[in-house]
Amino acid sequence: MIEPGTQAPAFTLPDQDGNEVSLSDFVGQRLVIAFYPQDFSSVCSDQMSIYQEVLGEIRGCGADLIGISVDSSHAHRAFREHLNLKMPLLSDFHPKGETIKAYGAYLEDRGHANRSLVLVDENGVVEWVHEADTPLEIPGANLIFDALASNAPAE
Amino acid sequence: MSALTSAEVPPIGPDDHVAGDGREVVVYMDLACPGCAASWSDVRKRDWRLCFRHFPMASKHPRSPALHAAAEAAARQGSFWEMCDSLFAERGRVDDPHLWERAEQLGLDLDRFRADARSDEVAARIRRDFESGLRAGLSGTPTAFAGGRRAEL
Repeated sequence: MIEPGTQAPAFTLPDQDGNEVSLSDFVGQRLVIAFYPQDFSSVCSDQMSIYQEVLGEIRGCGADLIGISVDSSHAHRAFREHLNLKMPLLSDFHPKGETIKAYGAYLEDRGHANRSLVLVDENGVVEWVHEADTPLEIPGANLIFDALASNAPAE
Repeated sequence: MSALTSAEVPPIGPDDHVAGDGREVVVYMDLACPGCAASWSDVRKRDWRLCFRHFPMASKHPRSPALHAAAEAAARQGSFWEMCDSLFAERGRVDDPHLWERAEQLGLDLDRFRADARSDEVAARIRRDFESGLRAGLSGTPTAFAGGRRAEL
């Protein structure tokens, strides 16, 4: 897993609508990247649903949140509609898992991302990471707020 | 900064919804969640001092906020548990007229029920439970705690 203090690897990936989204689009604000295994799996559904519940509060902290998995844009679009998700979901479909691998969050034996959270600061530097012990463990939204609260920029 | 940072699940307090006697169990439930409905009759039969906390996941279950508001409005007239029983027992009828019908069947003052269900006080009461669950790391329902630790239902 990528270490805090290192430059976050740049990426440009299609979102659920096929529009390209880059890490550099978020320069100037903090960004939570939720790497997750697969659209529609029960655990991923619970995870993204709970983050959706607090998306307003995350944005209220001056941050944003995106999800990244190896699923296609089409699957992302259906998953978002199914769960009423509003956060962008980026598709690391081809070359498969290239961005997830750059962050050290890829499980080679499973062919998808481990459930991991990365907080990138306003300058594109990794500020905090959380890697689940197993893909079955859901990092609670509280962990995101803990990370946003520590090292919070002075107001 | 948001107040949703990690915190222990709060102990049972005087204004929690509590029923029964025995081992203290705090359960976070979503009144529109099929898994909660499936476990409800069993949960109600256990020899527990059961504390119900609201955990509506609106994105997953769009009617959930309305159901929790109905339960909390019923609580203002002493019928919280009866409303929860009714909502879990018949999950297909959850539009507003169905909720009013349930309130009438429970003998509640309908005008007061409707006003309470829309009130800021009821919304804040539900939100309080939801936030305490979030801070304890909940990611779904039903989730139970006994002695401050996660417990099996």
